[in-house]
Amino acid sequence: MKVEQISIFIENKSGRLAEVSGVLGDAGVNIRALSLADTSDFGILRLIVNDTDLAFKVLREQNFTVSKTEVIGVEVPDSPGGLSSLLQTLDKNNINVEYMYAFVERSGDNAVIIFRFDDVDAAIEVLKNNNIKIIEGKKLTSI
Amino acid sequence: MDPQTAIWNAAAECMPREQLLQLQLQRLQQTLQRVAENVSCYQGKFKETGFQPGDLKELPDLASLPFTTKEDLRLNYPYGMFAVPMRDVVRIHSSSGTTGKPTVVGYTKQDLTNWTELVARFMTAAGVTNEDIVHIAFGYGLFTGAFGLHYGSEAIGASVIPISGGNTDKQLMIMQDYRSSALVCTPSYALTIADRFEKQGIDPESLALRVGLFGAEPWSEQMRTEIEKRLGLIATDNYGLSEIMGPGVAGECLCKSGMHLAEDHFIAEIIDPDSCEVLPQGSVGELVLTSLTKQAFPMIRYRTRDITRLHYETCDCGRTFARMEKTRGRSDDMLIIKGVNVFPTQIEEVLFQIEGCEPHYQLVVERENNQDKLEVLVEVNEKIFFDEMKQQRAFVVNAEKKLQSALGLSAKVKLVEPSSITRHEGKACRVFDNRKN
Repeated sequence: MKVEQISIFIENKSGRLAEVSGVLGDAGVNIRALSLADTSDFGILRLIVNDTDLAFKVLREQNFTVSKTEVIGVEVPDSPGGLSSLLQTLDKNNINVEYMYAFVERSGDNAVIIFRFDDVDAAIEVLKNNNIKIIEGKKLTSI
Repeated sequence: MDPQTAIWNAAAECMPREQLLQLQLQRLQQTLQRVAENVSCYQGKFKETGFQPGDLKELPDLASLPFTTKEDLRLNYPYGMFAVPMRDVVRIHSSSGTTGKPTVVGYTKQDLTNWTELVARFMTAAGVTNEDIVHIAFGYGLFTGAFGLHYGSEAIGASVIPISGGNTDKQLMIMQDYRSSALVCTPSYALTIADRFEKQGIDPESLALRVGLFGAEPWSEQMRTEIEKRLGLIATDNYGLSEIMGPGVAGECLCKSGMHLAEDHFIAEIIDPDSCEVLPQGSVGELVLTSLTKQAFPMIRYRTRDITRLHYETCDCGRTFARMEKTRGRSDDMLIIKGVNVFPTQIEEVLFQIEGCEPHYQLVVERENNQDKLEVLVEVNEKIFFDEMKQQRAFVVNAEKKLQSALGLSAKVKLVEPSSITRHEGKACRVFDNRKN
């Protein structure tokens, strides 16, 4: 159900994002989805990649501060109101979203949204009970 | 000898204080006589104040003599402060001299013998014996650190590995393969070594490291605890400066209750750095040192700029010399921000109280619209990196709050990437005061 995401600490200075993608590219790691949360001083770059362990290893070797987090990929109908109804369902069930971002690729006719919940297991339970499709980690990284 | 209780020279180090004061007076009178005869800088200073060496009858009379400052040494660059002809000088060292010309110091054969003796004393006090393999990771060169510890170790009969500074991976390999048992370096480099061992997944328990003798920069008690925990050794502090001799001026015993200052070779005073008045015993202030046995480079009332305090009660180990607290910083490192006195070590202490935080930090002071601004750069590591922005922000806010309450001054905390804070020959550059420019 869950998928591993890599987070990287990045100082807010020019060229750092290019360095991260460079390190990953050289190691043959493919980035499937990404989001960047930033402040004026620093940012947190979050990535879903095709080989999490390899990405983690090469980034660490290059002295980046890295961590792994479990997130969930959810299919959302690619039509107006699709995301809204999903978020309402979560809200009704008291599931708190820490952050979310859209996946680059689509899964069939549907869009894919990556979610970070404060209580992952409770979130999975709610999504299942409401027949919302969660994408398997393996499938997600190979879309 | 039991490393716990060994004393290198008990006759000197445990001398009754009355006898010590007598010895100091006698040696001080000889030193004053020598500098008055041989050093033009002191001839000038004495003439200005109408002082003659014979005028000094008691130790407290020393307080009436002028100070010697770094500026005096600069004006007399390179050899003007030497009290012996060059044919009697057998070694030359020099301070790092980050601003302007470096300071040049010289040693006669007897000076080197005394220096070696004083280093052997504090190394013995720190638990080093002839069984130890001493790993010296100070840079060999003009800097006094490496050579001082080197000859002291050899005098004790320990095996010296003169690896010098830098190339951390090689240091690690040698430490593992040669079974280094005593580590000599700066405290910040000790943490770099610990980081590297951790990264390589090497358990410090698998090493032979037993004791660590760290010096050449101020460090806090919390940093000691951290180094001891992460390298699995007993860490002691030692103190010295090239202008006075180099390492060996003072060093901790295993009681860790202050560094025993070699009072048979130096007289220590504590002064108020602003008024220059000698402060009563037990006060915190700037350390002023007078050499009593130095032949080549005698110093009268040298202003060290180091802020500390001296304790005079006999130590549990039996040594009677004054015990010097860890230096709290330098009077010229002391920042006055919005009128508040701030030492880098205070900030280090606050950072240590924060779970997972490492002491890799730098202070940047700016003046914007006539307002002082303090920014504390802290290197991020995996223990203080959070995937969620809200937690990451909370970490920063918490650190800022702690600094505010410890310093009485608001500071902005800025997280930076690992290893982005400049390190200079193992010494971290802690302070950037951009207000002067």
